[in-house]
Amino acid sequence: MIVNAAGPPVLRKEGRAKVTGQALYVDDVTFPGMLYGVTVRSPIARGRITRIVFEDGIPWDEFTIVTADDIPGKNAVSLIVDDQPFLAKDQVNHPEEPIVLLAHPDKYLAEKARNHVRIEIEPMPAIFTLEESESKSQIVWGQDNVFKTYLMEKGDLDSAMADADLIVEGEYTTGAQEQLYIETNGMISVANAEEGVTVWGSMQCPYYIQKALLSLFGLPEEKIRIVQMETGGGFGGKEDYPSIIAGHAALLAWKSGKPVKIIYDRAEDMVATTKRHPSRTRHKTAVSKDGKLLAMDIDFVIDGGAYATLSSVVLSRGTIHAVGAYSCPNIRITAKALATNAPSHGAFRGFGAPQSIFALELHMDKVAAAVGLTPDEFRRRNFLHQGDTTSTGQVIREAVNMDQLLDRALELSGYHEKRIAFAAGNATSRRKKGIGFASFLHGAGFTGSGERYLQSIITVEASRGGIVRVLASSTEIGQGTNTIFSQIASQTLSIPYEAIEIAKPDTNAVPNSGPTVASRTCMVVGKLIESASLGLKQSLIAAGLLSEPYSHDQFQSACAAYIDQFGALKSSSQYEAPPGIFWDDDKYQGDAYGAFAWAVYVAEVSVDTVTYEVQVDDFVALQEVGHVIHPILAAGQIEGGVAQGIGYALYENVVWRDGRMVNNQMTNYIMPTSADIPPIRVYFEENPYAYGPLGAKGIGELPMDGPAPAILSAIENATGVAFTHIPLSPEDISRSLTTQEPMVLHEVAP
Amino acid sequence: VNVVPKIEVSCTVNGSAHTLTTYPMARLLDVLREQLKLTGTKEGCGEGECGACSVLIDGDLVNSCLVPILQVQDCAITTIEGIAEGSVQQAFLECGGAQCGICTPGMIVAAVHLLAHTPDPTEEQIREGLAGNLCRCTGYGKIFESVLRAAITA
Repeated sequence: MIVNAAGPPVLRKEGRAKVTGQALYVDDVTFPGMLYGVTVRSPIARGRITRIVFEDGIPWDEFTIVTADDIPGKNAVSLIVDDQPFLAKDQVNHPEEPIVLLAHPDKYLAEKARNHVRIEIEPMPAIFTLEESESKSQIVWGQDNVFKTYLMEKGDLDSAMADADLIVEGEYTTGAQEQLYIETNGMISVANAEEGVTVWGSMQCPYYIQKALLSLFGLPEEKIRIVQMETGGGFGGKEDYPSIIAGHAALLAWKSGKPVKIIYDRAEDMVATTKRHPSRTRHKTAVSKDGKLLAMDIDFVIDGGAYATLSSVVLSRGTIHAVGAYSCPNIRITAKALATNAPSHGAFRGFGAPQSIFALELHMDKVAAAVGLTPDEFRRRNFLHQGDTTSTGQVIREAVNMDQLLDRALELSGYHEKRIAFAAGNATSRRKKGIGFASFLHGAGFTGSGERYLQSIITVEASRGGIVRVLASSTEIGQGTNTIFSQIASQTLSIPYEAIEIAKPDTNAVPNSGPTVASRTCMVVGKLIESASLGLKQSLIAAGLLSEPYSHDQFQSACAAYIDQFGALKSSSQYEAPPGIFWDDDKYQGDAYGAFAWAVYVAEVSVDTVTYEVQVDDFVALQEVGHVIHPILAAGQIEGGVAQGIGYALYENVVWRDGRMVNNQMTNYIMPTSADIPPIRVYFEENPYAYGPLGAKGIGELPMDGPAPAILSAIENATGVAFTHIPLSPEDISRSLTTQEPMVLHEVAP
Repeated sequence: VNVVPKIEVSCTVNGSAHTLTTYPMARLLDVLREQLKLTGTKEGCGEGECGACSVLIDGDLVNSCLVPILQVQDCAITTIEGIAEGSVQQAFLECGGAQCGICTPGMIVAAVHLLAHTPDPTEEQIREGLAGNLCRCTGYGKIFESVLRAAITA
């Protein structure tokens, strides 16, 4: 029996609770006797803390006050490098660094009290740009301001450069971007010596928080329990920072003996928590007269902010994606993540790849123009094909067909016709129209050996009533984890979708299936659910209680009989690398990802030459992500990612002053509204992936990579100006279109 | 600390009469969530930009984070909990109009308000009608589809 294989897609598992307002997010929950916690933060970017003054006018004796001295264990957020304190003790390294925690039963008084704690700091010199960090004018982290470097080499770059017909250089920069989940961060904790520490909250990665709190409190694993509440969006922004908030709530709860809730308001969430890493990419490309890539020399630099956090792995993904979907025999990529005195930058959908792919795609347009080829023809001559090797020496085993994806995307968007029609119309119109595209890939799952180290594990367990429960720490954050997991289990077990339950991620109750990041939940964790479900079914068959095909009634009877006989019916599955996958950490060579998703995105824009506003008029997103498990959820992922990509390109400008975001409000940090987003036309080419559940590959991050370069390419087509940075504001366009000395202009082939 | 005395405000919420004792400038959003435990109304920004706290006051769509409680004396307030489960919620479920769900209650209140005034909206009218409600997950397309389907199935 095949269940749910045909007919309308199943409804989102937790959807009804969401559309009726019954779903419980962390701020919807209160505990008796609960206190409200607030965070007192550094007013400046860098300096020595000399004194903490509790000013008059606040009944301080009613407050629970926590400083670094109250920390029972280690004052460091355990992640990759343990350099970031939960609470600064002697020195601050970025604006808004947490220093003091306060808790009180009255949340308004707690908020007022926050402004009556004066932190006296003796300022130290601070740095805020990649250039300042590179120049080492001040060393603000380690010996040299460098969190991480990578050198990736393939072939013989220097010889190829020396022999080249043509060398094309370019420099591209991207700004920070705020994740702007609509639910701000928040945690509630109950903590005491007898019961240990429990934290409920908004998060992507329960076991990351558990790891961080283990060392913060110096308690054993069974004494630290982390429970995910319904989570109102993450996009990477709830990957690492929630560990800090959970720690803060737990420290206040530990000291006060009462439940403590910390909810960030929007201004605090935006000013204090992580954003996408700003980047600078320099390309030097050798190309033959007939448009074949001969050598690519790439320098990729990201701004990590004050602490190491996730920068090394963001850099890794960005570096590996820096040559994208192209084949080139000679490559050198130098990459580094640098320290500045801004709050640490962190995970945001795409994780370094949107930055390096932005640079790459604009540069490919530039190289194409330099050799006199259209952007599409140039790419056709250089796409990766099955059997080719990537920059890390990974052999592409999949039957990838970028040429076909490109042709189809250009056809769906009417690209060729529009290039001609716009060129004719733009001569006389105020609104200049343009169309451009980006072609790219995105690797799914942790980079390199990451999945092998994670050793993710999940369990499925059947009840006597034939209900199968999936136990995993993977979180539903809107992307559809609950639904997809249920579909995979139900289809593998041939039982109804409604017969699957998803356990709430709770470190006391579910095994560690790894963090909910890196487009890995469906492809990697989903595969474990498929394997464990098969195992569960095999147990019933091997016990002689079930034979295929079977009805759900027969499945139920078999479960009941099995449990009566053996006590419990469960099956676990742990990650094993697909056959033939190998990664060398030292050489940084090998199979970087189990699978790639492939895509061509086409953007159509109009640029108003009076107001310099850019409107995206049409958007075609064509991709190959293996088999699509749930077409509506999958399209929802793509549409949402494209909208974020449009914001990244055109609207979302983090304004910095001395390391602090100064437009930390939705009023003046502008994300796309329903009036800004064009029809996003989503298409899938299906090419089932042998090692993905039901043939699926990862999807979540992919749509973040393409929009920005496609839009800037379209703006170049409309205006003749090749802009090289995002966010691109109307002011930037105005400046270039009205300047006496034109920016780098080049002819655009129709 | 709070020197302003509390006041009594009488209003109906989802059809039930309430007399609320609260500070006059307390935000309607907080009174709904904290005193009446109607937590379906969400706070996204606290400054009237995102619409997650949308409710109806005497049938008008408002951001409850911007409404001081003293303004709702004798008013009829409707929150997501007071909107009968029907074609709009079903359409959001079927069309993928809800992902993380945090903007969803406000979005549904706004959609119900739109359809009450414009039962057969064009896509342009939907875009306009929902322009005060931000969604970071969907890119809005599936929300437009949800409202269009709700209009057809109502």
